[in-house]
Formats: sequence, structure tokens, C-alpha cells
Amino acid sequence: MHAVEQVFREHRTRMLAALVRVLGGDMELAEDSLQDACTQALRSWTVVPDDPMAWLLTVARNKAIDRIRRARRSLSVEEVPVPAFFSSDDALLRAGDDRLSLIFTCCHPALSLEARVALTLQAVAGLTAFQIARAFLVPESTMAQRLVRAKRKIRDARITFTVPSDHQLPSRLSSVLAVVYLAYTQSYVASDRSLAAEAIRLGKLIASLMPDEPEALGLVALMVLQESRSSARRTPSGDLVLLEDQDRSLWDQAAITEGTSLLDLALSRRSPGPYQLQAAIAAVHSQAKSFSDTDWDQIVALYTELAVRTPSPVISLNLAVAVAMTSGPAEGLRLMDTITGLDKFHLMHSARADLLRRLDRFDEARTAYARALELATEDADRRFLRYRLNSLP
Amino acid sequence: MRYMLLIYGCHREELPDAYNEVNKYVKELMARGVFLGADPLHLPDTATTVQVRSDEVLITDGPYAETHEALGGYFMVDCADLDAAIELASLCPLAKLGTVEIRPVLEAQFG
Repeated sequence: MHAVEQVFREHRTRMLAALVRVLGGDMELAEDSLQDACTQALRSWTVVPDDPMAWLLTVARNKAIDRIRRARRSLSVEEVPVPAFFSSDDALLRAGDDRLSLIFTCCHPALSLEARVALTLQAVAGLTAFQIARAFLVPESTMAQRLVRAKRKIRDARITFTVPSDHQLPSRLSSVLAVVYLAYTQSYVASDRSLAAEAIRLGKLIASLMPDEPEALGLVALMVLQESRSSARRTPSGDLVLLEDQDRSLWDQAAITEGTSLLDLALSRRSPGPYQLQAAIAAVHSQAKSFSDTDWDQIVALYTELAVRTPSPVISLNLAVAVAMTSGPAEGLRLMDTITGLDKFHLMHSARADLLRRLDRFDEARTAYARALELATEDADRRFLRYRLNSLP
Repeated sequence: MRYMLLIYGCHREELPDAYNEVNKYVKELMARGVFLGADPLHLPDTATTVQVRSDEVLITDGPYAETHEALGGYFMVDCADLDAAIELASLCPLAKLGTVEIRPVLEAQFG
């Protein structure tokens, strides 16, 4: 690997973040000039400079000045000011770690959720527009446009490149964590394990930059534990395998160990939150030798706590499924039938169908599976539901 | 940096004490040193549209946009960044009824 590529891979996010800061929040300009600097390094590095990162940053800054001057000459209106920060020559080299500012800027609530995810994957994780487009199942041109629009909004509406102040931090951090988790869950929709790896890497970066936030650690634990089951979740032909039917010998024990110890570390801070609770649920499943062997009382307790903190019909559904394991399918069904707002959610109907099947109410189970089948859009889900429907007596 | 806060989606009549509420808000903006200007607009049924096509001036009564979709007025503020503008917009009494759209001003030098 060429030395430039090595430095770029290792320090790209850091260099980009430092440049965005000195360029007053202009992400496009920062990316372009970092690219320029790398191109020049590829041509001119016969020996690697003592501080390659400082070399690249200095050249990138000069390239940015060139670009601003060129843009000024081509405009009749003086729309592009040469920013004052260039006067302090060593501001860039005193750069600390600006990656957190970059992350919070990419996840600013004034950007749409889809723009936040795309921008974070590009600017922080270093994915290309093509890779992000493939993961979100949209044309590359649509994704490229989305990214450009978001960067221009940051520049033109002046979203300040900074870590939010203390009173805003909790809500802004949850926006950041939601972006990372959305990227992770999208990896299942797109069957893209490399996206999952990027999301986990992102989560780890955030957790290491914010060591006082156990929810960041909790999110990493959750993703690592879910990922430990990824080879058991699908058959080789891509069919979905439910937790209860998974071959547990395919679970990645090293990942389970890692996820569990990350969760323990998070819980030791004694400030539990939704991600830590979900990770704890995943950890209980990971420790069970079989589905029936699972500590369902613990699962019920965790879902009950989660439903108190972040009430949602999907959490109530999960709670009802767990209650069906501790108190029987009739009690689970009773709880499930009190949930509103999930009529259009195929998993609600398939979960209901499953309880009806266990209660030997096969006609009702058939109707519920058929309804789930109508609502499911993913091929793997539909194959699974059809199989279940056909297995009824 | 200048931002225009555009007020949409509320009848002035829906805010019982509109004048005093808005006046209090303007005083707050002044006290913070961010206030540049503000004006309420007459209802959209007073609107007139002008277009010039092939050197001909076309004048139309209207458009009679639904009051709830029409621009009702604006505030112009000068503050540090979008986060500051969002905070100012969230203090606006009209944000409780309608919608405040924050638009950054494109600084251009004319003349």
C-alpha cells in the first residue's frame, strides 16, 4: 500500500474534521482540498514526511485558498469571502480531535434523517456515494444529490461545526446514536454486512470519543451482540430464520463475549437507557443454550422497563411475545390484543398468528398469517410466512 | 449572520392577545441585540400578482392561498448561527399556532 493511502485510510476522518473546522464548516471545500492534497502527495512523496498528517493538512489548506480565489475570480458578485481564519497560520496544526464536531454536525436535527445517515456514512465513515446508495436502495445520482444538498445547507444556513453545549447534549446525542443504529438496521434490509461493520466501527468511535456516555457504549454492545447472530439469521438461500429456529452453534462466541463485556462496562456506570436495555435483552438470548432455555422472566423484566422508558407499540409487541413464554400463549395474546397502531405491521400479525397456532386456533392463525403475508414486502419475509401458513394443519 | 423567520399557518385572530404577545417577543429580540426588523402582512385576499411576459405587464388579483398556507409576516434577526436562530424561532409566540420557517439570508452586495 502506498504511504499516502495508508495515512489517508488511518487519519481521513481526523484530517477532514480539522479542515472543516478551519474552513468554517464548508464540507465540500474540505473534501475537495483534502483530495487535492492526496493527489499532490502521490506525485511528490519520495520519502514520507516526518509528520505526514501535518503535511497533508497544510497542503490541503493552501489548495482550499486556491479554490476560494478561483471561485472569486469566476463570480461577478463577491459571494465567496476569503475567511479570516487563514490569517492564523498554525491554527490547523494545533488541531485537536475535531471528529466529534464532525459527527454532531452531520447528525444535526436541521437535516433530514436520511441526509444525516448518508452524510455520517460519507464524512465520518468514509463510504462513497455509490456504496451508500447501494445500501439505501436508491440510485447513485439521488444519493449524490442528497449529500451535496446537505453539505450546502450546513454551509449556507451556518450549522456551526461544534459539539453541542451541555443542555442540548442529551437530545443531540440521541440523534447521533439513532443515525448509527439506523445504518446498522439498514444493513439487514440491504443484506450488506460491510455496512453493519461500518456502523459498529462508527459506534465504537463515538463511544471512545464520549467515554462518559454509557448509552453510546450500550449501542455498540447491542450491535455487536446482534451481529454475533448474523450467520444464523439467514439460510444459505437467504431465507429468514427466527431466533427460536436458529442453529446456535453458528453464533459468533467471540462477538458475544465482546458485546457482553461492553454491556457490563456500560451498566457499571449505573445510568441505564434504551440501548443498554436492548443490549441486555440481546445478551440474555446469547447466553441461552436453546430457545426454551432462555431466561424469559429476565426478558419480560427488561422489556417492561424499556416500555416504561420509551413506550412504543413495537416494544409492547415484544413484551407480549415474551409474556407468552412465561405465562402462556393465552396471556400473551390477551396483551397483544390491547396494542393499537400496528395493524399495518406484518410482524404484529405473524406474532399473533404464532400464538393462535400454539392455542390450536388454526383458522384464526391462517387468517392472521394471510394478513401478515399481504403486508410483508421483503422476499425473505414472504417466503417464511408462506412456509408457516402452509405448515398449519 | 442574518436569518429571516417567516410565519406561516396561523390566523392572527387565533392568538387572543396577538399584539401584546408579539410586542413582548420583539422587545426580547431587541434586548438580546438580534432584532433587525419585523412586519405583519395583510391577509392574502389583499394580494396582487404581477408578471411581465413579452414586455406585457400581467396583473392578477390574488392568489387566494388558504390563509393557513400563506405568509403572514416575518421577523429579521442577526445571530451567530442556525442553532441560535432555532432558539429565537422557538421563542416566537406564533410558533405555538403556526409554523416558523428559518431562511438564511444570502448576503449579496448590490448597487
